[in-house]
Amino acid sequence: VSVEPLLRQLFPGGHAVRREGDLLVGTGRTPAGELAVLGLCDGVEVGVELALRLAAEVLRVVREHPGRPILTLVDSRGQRMSKRDEVLGLNGFLGHLASCVELARRQGHLVLALVHGQASSGSFLALGMMADEIHAVDGAVLSVMNLPAMSKVTKIPLERLETLSRGSPVLAPGLANYVRLGCVSSVWQPPLSAALEAALARRPGPDRRAAQGLERGGRTLAEPVARRVSGVVTDGE
Amino acid sequence: VAFDDGVVIGTGLLDGRPVLGASQEGRFLGGAVGEVHGAKLTGLLRRALEERPAAVLLLLDTGGVRLQEANAGIIAVSEVMRAVLAVRAAGIPVLALVGGAWGCFGGMGIVARCCDTVVMSEEARMGISGPDVIEATRGVEELDASDRAMVWRTWGGKHRVLLGEADQLVEDSLTAFREAARQAMGRTRPLTLVALEAEQAWLARRLGDLGGCADGLEAWRAAGVDRPERLPLLEPADWNAAVAGARRARP
Repeated sequence: VSVEPLLRQLFPGGHAVRREGDLLVGTGRTPAGELAVLGLCDGVEVGVELALRLAAEVLRVVREHPGRPILTLVDSRGQRMSKRDEVLGLNGFLGHLASCVELARRQGHLVLALVHGQASSGSFLALGMMADEIHAVDGAVLSVMNLPAMSKVTKIPLERLETLSRGSPVLAPGLANYVRLGCVSSVWQPPLSAALEAALARRPGPDRRAAQGLERGGRTLAEPVARRVSGVVTDGE
Repeated sequence: VAFDDGVVIGTGLLDGRPVLGASQEGRFLGGAVGEVHGAKLTGLLRRALEERPAAVLLLLDTGGVRLQEANAGIIAVSEVMRAVLAVRAAGIPVLALVGGAWGCFGGMGIVARCCDTVVMSEEARMGISGPDVIEATRGVEELDASDRAMVWRTWGGKHRVLLGEADQLVEDSLTAFREAARQAMGRTRPLTLVALEAEQAWLARRLGDLGGCADGLEAWRAAGVDRPERLPLLEPADWNAAVAGARRARP
């Protein structure tokens, strides 16, 4: 989905989202009120500058619009892989970005993520995956690392990885697998504005992804193991 | 497969005070995080919210997401990240101690920087994309992963502490890490707007004056270190003295 039609479908009542390079920033109008929009497009890789720019925007929303819900639009292949980004400490910039999103959630901003293109590795961890709920549009591509890169890193031939990923929800990139594993709450169907409105009705809360993965049968160990280690026994156990 | 999935967790006393701790085993699949490994860390952090220990100590030695469990691995890392921030928000200090042969890479490099304090040995390394990954994806023209001196100038403990990405450089010994953990146990970095705005300004300053540096040595010079080429050779005590004016402590 390209960006303009996506924004029109999300905000039939109008929006003031502007594009700065591969960054989307602004507000959208919904029946429930104004929404802060912060997004990435064209699969941009997030390096130190973009990570800091995203963090600045999250902090600005927290400062100037207390409680305003935030929608992050995700289309990023991951973190920028370069020597310079590592010399400057990209992991720290991304940790700061993740902390800023956490602050927003704790200050009562509902944070939603909508994957409208690619979502992968470092940038997904620091932005999209920090949301209260992650949603996606049909055709979104979620992965840890694309298969050609994974092949180079693991030295496993690409053809072998392609064969393996056809049979394994854990290994294969793809939206359906991330739904089954509990990471993506739902896949939004048109009209997207209605799906957004429904998602906005929820309240910020604790991380439910492991429980969701268990309910959906895609990730059956994470929640029981975490619960057992935590020592917190809930009703019915 | 190992029964502990590459990480041990438990409780203990540090300075007579109760702490929770986890230690990754770098020799098991590179300390990489899979579903169960991650769930043990997340469960430990949930326990901290109930028990309110004096601190949570994460001894990290990891290449990041376990690619064999790719999707479940990255989700697990994200759950650990969220759980670390929840414990911090509850005012319980979370310490990352990085002293293993693998270092701390991939998504776990982000997790380390979501902790209150990061302690590193000189030999340890921390970042997101490691040297092998960059060379494999971008080519040897971008980076030669066999250049060990360059690898340590980029990801090593000294560079990280000079930037302020890590708070303290210690000798490569359990005693030194224990002492550093004992000192850091009482320190929290609150997750407030004021605190994160200060961190924003601190990172912006780094981009402003070190942003043109593509090598650790250039960055040390730009940060104002006198004769930066001698830094890799100095022992921690001498190194601390040599960089005293140039270090950028995280706010």
